[in-house]
Amino acid sequence: MSALGLLFTVAGLALIGWLVARMRAATFRRPRVARFSALPAHHGWFVGICTLAPPLIFLAVWSATAPALVTDAVLATPAAAMLPPPGFERASILSEARELGAGRSQGAFHDLAEKLAPAYARAQHRYDTIATAAALLLAFAGGALAFTRVRPDFAARTQVERGVMLMLLVASLIAILTTVGIVASLIYESVRFFRLVPAGEFLFGTHWSPQVVDSRDPGASLGALPLFWGTFFIGAVIAMAVAVPLGLMSAIYLTQYARPVTRRWMKPTLEMLAGVPTVVYGYFAALTVAPAVRELGVAIGIRWASSESALAAGLVMGIMIIPFVSSMADDSIAAVPAAMRDGSLAMGATTSETIRKVMLPAALPGVVGGILLAVSRAIGETMIVVMAASGVATLTLNPFASTTTVTKQIVDLLTGEAEFTSAKTLAAFALGLTLFAVTLALNVVALVVVKRYRESYE
Amino acid sequence: MTFPPKIQARDVSVFYGDTRAIDHVSIDVAQDNVVAFIGPSGCGKSTFLRTLNRMNDTVASARVDGQILLDGEDIYAPDMDVVQLRARVGMVFQKPNPFPKSIYENVAYGPRIHGLAAARADLDEMVERSLRRAGLWDEVKDRLDDSGTALSGGQQQRLCIARAIAVDPEVILMDEPCSALDPIATAKIEELIHELKGRYAIVIVTHNMQQAARVSQQTAFFHLGQLVEFAPTSDIFTNPREERTRDYITGRYG
Repeated sequence: MSALGLLFTVAGLALIGWLVARMRAATFRRPRVARFSALPAHHGWFVGICTLAPPLIFLAVWSATAPALVTDAVLATPAAAMLPPPGFERASILSEARELGAGRSQGAFHDLAEKLAPAYARAQHRYDTIATAAALLLAFAGGALAFTRVRPDFAARTQVERGVMLMLLVASLIAILTTVGIVASLIYESVRFFRLVPAGEFLFGTHWSPQVVDSRDPGASLGALPLFWGTFFIGAVIAMAVAVPLGLMSAIYLTQYARPVTRRWMKPTLEMLAGVPTVVYGYFAALTVAPAVRELGVAIGIRWASSESALAAGLVMGIMIIPFVSSMADDSIAAVPAAMRDGSLAMGATTSETIRKVMLPAALPGVVGGILLAVSRAIGETMIVVMAASGVATLTLNPFASTTTVTKQIVDLLTGEAEFTSAKTLAAFALGLTLFAVTLALNVVALVVVKRYRESYE
Repeated sequence: MTFPPKIQARDVSVFYGDTRAIDHVSIDVAQDNVVAFIGPSGCGKSTFLRTLNRMNDTVASARVDGQILLDGEDIYAPDMDVVQLRARVGMVFQKPNPFPKSIYENVAYGPRIHGLAAARADLDEMVERSLRRAGLWDEVKDRLDDSGTALSGGQQQRLCIARAIAVDPEVILMDEPCSALDPIATAKIEELIHELKGRYAIVIVTHNMQQAARVSQQTAFFHLGQLVEFAPTSDIFTNPREERTRDYITGRYG
């Protein structure tokens, strides 16, 4: 039975369980005993869940372990003795044999794969049969066991509630576990990288040219400092120089000066900026802003103005970040009690004095938190820099010069042909880990700052 | 010898959108008096108070008709400088609202804005004098750099009074200044009002009729946006002319 067929069968069994239990429970009503804790539908759901859950859990665990069991069975056959020692070749023969055995490919490159294919097919079939039988058995057992509990005094409603709670818990755990898994794989690959290249050389080395990595001394051309600098320069300096003043000033205008009518259309329009796909910003940066910036650079006498300048990418990124800064600032200014504002106005301060001397200092932690979140988003931003920033890593303070970023380099390292074990490819993971650590730290700091501020007014 | 009144309100009406909150109110506040505004919630006494330093300007839908004169000058005249007006007519709010700054900076806020102190020493002196007048100096003189929001409610309110008097106003408006305070803190504020009387014209809105009787020389009773009766405090409480005033002060409604 195919996997899909099995799932449908199990679901069908659950449906039958649901219907039968419901009908059975419906008969309870007739004698008009005092009051039921559960309605017929709850009994139905209880049996349905008990039918469905055990085989699904079993199949989930099984699908994770079965391939290893199948491979073990194949390796136990006499033909497997001819396999080369563990390594790339052995792995490719085995995977070819698996494809052949499953009937997913016609011919094989290795002769040995052809010989192992029948063994694969047999083992796979055997384990599939076991899995199918076990799953159906579990479905029947779960359903039957649950059905015996369908009695008038059984609190099926509470049980269903518990089932719902577990389901929701699992849903949230999946997101968390995925994060943990991603981080774990980042760390694992990074450790492999740092075995090839010392962390100090990677973090503080100033020479980055992954195209020509010397396998005897990979660290010499994998110094990521220029990338970190470029990321910081574009995301935290240039982009913020655009986004912070503009975002802050628009938030102040919207909260303190704008009439309600103006605010009603202006705020959503501003926030629409956040909905523009980053790839659109990307070609806006590459096709419109970058040439203009280059011409500006040439016009003011900078001879080496690049058409892939840090300034172009940073400017566009800053525009993209404006809604983040302004909506965070808007929230925190609006959270300052009106009494503060009135107190200052009643002293004879003008609106702008009130904003500068009372509102902004009071809202500062929230504003700073918003800016940190914006920085964290800017340095993780990929599409704009992939399209508009250069691939050449330079340590420069000149905004007209070409600069590259961590995200851009990760994309460059992982696209195109590359061996998965080379220092060059693994460097992408180390870069990813560093980026992740920095953005995580920024987020944590920002949230702590914002939280502490919120507490002070409640 | 009689002086002209400090504040003269003539036929003042206040509208929020189309709703009339104050209906043709005329009242005089003398230079050296404490005037209390009493009346049930929603009677417009706070609204009227806020017209006296144009704090209603901050409410977009509010509109004021009639005339309010401060020393004979129309405060709603087009060429009136609101900044100057509010420096002359200070305000203390219902809930203590010190700025999230140090005690010193709270008091120094007004002098700084209005450029009253030429040097740091002047400012120090203004801060000390204001805190002394507000009866707070002895309690905070050793911790002027602590945050104003760290003080107790009663201390915060006296800090707000110190902040208001630091710019040397002529009138102080108090909008239920004790409603968020306990009886001991309330007694201190009332004592303070006694001490400030004579130096400033004071208008105080209060829910507490005993308080009005204790601190004021004149009392105005508001009801449904109208000024029902305005008379010396002793007359209002012992011998009111109006039926509605009598009902209110004897606790029949409100």
